[in-house]
Amino acid sequence: MSIRPLVLAFSAAAVFALCAPAFSAGQDDSPSEFPPDPFPSTYQPLPSVPTLIQHVTLYTGTGEEADDGDVLLKDGKVAAVGKGLKADPGVLVIDGTGKFVTPGIIDVHSHLGVYPSPAVDALSDGNELTNPNTANVRAENSVWPQDPGFNTARAGGVTTLEILPGSGNLFGGRSVVLKNVPSVTTEGMKFPDAPYGLKMACGENPKRVYGSKGQFPSTLMGDVAGYRQAWAEAQSYDAQWKAWEKTRTGTPPARDLKLETLAEVLNGRVRVQMHCYRANEMATMLDVAKEFHYHIAAFHHAVEAYKIPKLLAANGTCAVMWADWWGFKMEAWDGIRENLPMVDAGGACATIHSDDQNGIQRLNQETAKAWAAGNRVGLNISEARAIEWMTLNPAKVLGIDAKTGSLEPGKMADVVLWTGNPFSVYSKAEKVFIDGAVVYDRDDPKLQPRSDFELGKLGQAAGGAL
Amino acid sequence: MNRNYLYIALALAGLSAVPARADTYAITGGTVYTLGAAGKLEHATVIVRDGKIAAVGADVAIPADAKRIDATGKLVTPGIIDPESAFGLDEVDAVSQTQDGTLTSTRYTAAFDPTAGINPRSMVIPVNRIEGVTRAVVAPGSDSSVLQGRGSVISLDGVQGYVLKDPVALFVTLGEAGQKLAGGARGGALESLREAFEDAKDYGVNRAAYDKAGRRAYALSRPDLEALQPVLKGELPVVVQVDRASDIEAALALGAEFRLKLIVSGGAEAWMVVDELAKAKVPVILNPARDLPEAFESLGASFEDAARLQKAGVLIAFETGDSHKSWNVRQFGGIAVANGLPWIEAVKAMSLNPARIYGLDKNVGSLEAGKDADLVVWSGDPLELTTFADAVFIRGKLVPMVSRQTELRDRYLPYLKADAPALPPAYQRD
Repeated sequence: MSIRPLVLAFSAAAVFALCAPAFSAGQDDSPSEFPPDPFPSTYQPLPSVPTLIQHVTLYTGTGEEADDGDVLLKDGKVAAVGKGLKADPGVLVIDGTGKFVTPGIIDVHSHLGVYPSPAVDALSDGNELTNPNTANVRAENSVWPQDPGFNTARAGGVTTLEILPGSGNLFGGRSVVLKNVPSVTTEGMKFPDAPYGLKMACGENPKRVYGSKGQFPSTLMGDVAGYRQAWAEAQSYDAQWKAWEKTRTGTPPARDLKLETLAEVLNGRVRVQMHCYRANEMATMLDVAKEFHYHIAAFHHAVEAYKIPKLLAANGTCAVMWADWWGFKMEAWDGIRENLPMVDAGGACATIHSDDQNGIQRLNQETAKAWAAGNRVGLNISEARAIEWMTLNPAKVLGIDAKTGSLEPGKMADVVLWTGNPFSVYSKAEKVFIDGAVVYDRDDPKLQPRSDFELGKLGQAAGGAL
Repeated sequence: MNRNYLYIALALAGLSAVPARADTYAITGGTVYTLGAAGKLEHATVIVRDGKIAAVGADVAIPADAKRIDATGKLVTPGIIDPESAFGLDEVDAVSQTQDGTLTSTRYTAAFDPTAGINPRSMVIPVNRIEGVTRAVVAPGSDSSVLQGRGSVISLDGVQGYVLKDPVALFVTLGEAGQKLAGGARGGALESLREAFEDAKDYGVNRAAYDKAGRRAYALSRPDLEALQPVLKGELPVVVQVDRASDIEAALALGAEFRLKLIVSGGAEAWMVVDELAKAKVPVILNPARDLPEAFESLGASFEDAARLQKAGVLIAFETGDSHKSWNVRQFGGIAVANGLPWIEAVKAMSLNPARIYGLDKNVGSLEAGKDADLVVWSGDPLELTTFADAVFIRGKLVPMVSRQTELRDRYLPYLKADAPALPPAYQRD
């Protein structure tokens, strides 16, 4: 198989790791001292048949590209990636001549289900704006699986997504990682064993929400004092539980769901996903993380990440960015179109995100825009590498990169077959596979799921013309 | 020279470069989509002189004094016209001191015109014009009346003489927003408009009596009644913000009742009433990248809206609803093409059609001799994500490719190198 070598971005002299190194300090693989997940995943892969997609232009998600490549999906996994692969009897063969294959797109920042369509108050469940610390709440308890946006996102090639609480609080609550399959229950979408995230927020939002009520915090320094006080309390809470765990005698400490979430961050079991725009605030938060010995998986929005790629790389923290959003608030005033490619070229982990029910349908297009903007100013990043911004790097942000995010044997068969180059505005996802099962097919109406909410809206059932 | 001064000089150049006298240019070798009678011209030359297009064609003579711009292998189209923007009225969305587009009082309704508050030095303008946006309709807003006010047309080329037509249209909102503004029912919103138009009619033929306080009380003030006079004569179009099919039908009925020159804006469900729109010859301004039922008034939103409207003969223009990234209309046009709209119709929907809808097409919207030289040389297909504007002309002037964003980028770009200085270069003394 002719796999082209990775093209080093921008400068061969870039000595920094090309992607965030796996963060080890503070990681704890031992069982938690806290009770198990009260909302366990019931996700089961949909039925699938072994499938060989042949003769496609292949982007593996690991920086590699192959012309006339093949990929074999079997038992829900990527079984083989190569050239001239043979199909055993019983294998469904898809001729993909002229088409492209990428790993499924992963959106690490979505509010589908918690801010669903239609955007009416009764369905608006993303921000628990009653306390600046709501680390006790969980986005999965707000997710409405009938949000039609899950279906349109799937038609855009999104196979995995992280649903986050909003950014009105310092600690917004736990996120949930979902497989983008149609389901009546949220548990039925939960990505098995994906780590939880903790949504935190820098900057304008928390101080505006609480400052406008005459409450704490009302300034950036208030924001930071709020994080630090909470972490200090979490340290002592965690110590109490660890002490009890040693003997398991007497009454266990009283459970505090806020501190439990924070303690699990300190123990390395919950990943910090932090809304943060400005370079100086990201630097401050990295200091806070050092003080309390936790790791920030990613800064989300990060419109000024291009100012500090080396700092992000040194901390193993990814920047999660839009292609071109800017100017909608003061902390987004310095947004530029080259943010993603400059972060990548500066040695840090660059990731696209949507934060938007429309943008999530075209993350391939958003990635393409950012990629093109970088190359226009000479960053010379390969298309194969830019594909990582929407596949492998988001998987790293979520801590699921050993399972999905690239086309490597043994990984989940989360795959998109595109009608053409995914960086063209005219290309569409033709077939979307999750764990090897076709969950969307542009040519088969039976595989174009509609949510319950969409039924009856235009036809006679809705009072239309007879 | 101190480098900081250099930066300031560059910044000023980027913001207000209006050469005293426009040069003559010959744009040669490109594929020119004139959007006029000449159609598509291969290896054509466009001559730009005195702010106008002097000639377009394959065999035009190039004046000796013309500066040449080689467009070989590139595409040339008219500049993008944003049909509904907030340029100069909205600097930072969430900073209220930089907002001048929306009135929260009812002291003025139809008469409100935000044009006088436009800041042509807005940093949002260069960010967009270097991406090919050359002209825009600036629309008003109101938080307290369905009569939003009147908008204007501006050129994005400088700080003087940039208002090209004012007013260009009256803006009205119905649908869910109108229902809320009118006090909780769509019927109330429509009735308030009927009353306003009836009062304006009465006022129009009884001004003298009104001035002597000899007329009945009107719902609107004198300036508002005056503002409605050209509307009732069919001289000033009315842009109606509506998404739901039944709201569009109600707007069409109101338009017929008062003989208004209607333009529908929004139009998420316009495809469901496409025959009525075509019959009434009412154009639609839409964002073609909407397909979710984001509100109960847009349950029928569809990526195929644009294609269906165009096929039925409805004149369409594209908007993004976001002046900070108005240039993304190219991407949205591409999405419309991917969902059935012919390519050339998408190009028209961001240039020629907005000009036609607002009655500006005598001067702009196509590349024809005598028209204003608003045009873009694209590195490739303008609807593609990897294409950029290589050269932009506005009224014959070549736009410097500088914005606050490019200055930020260029300040930090060298800093990416491993051997870069500890501080970005801009912070160092020479």
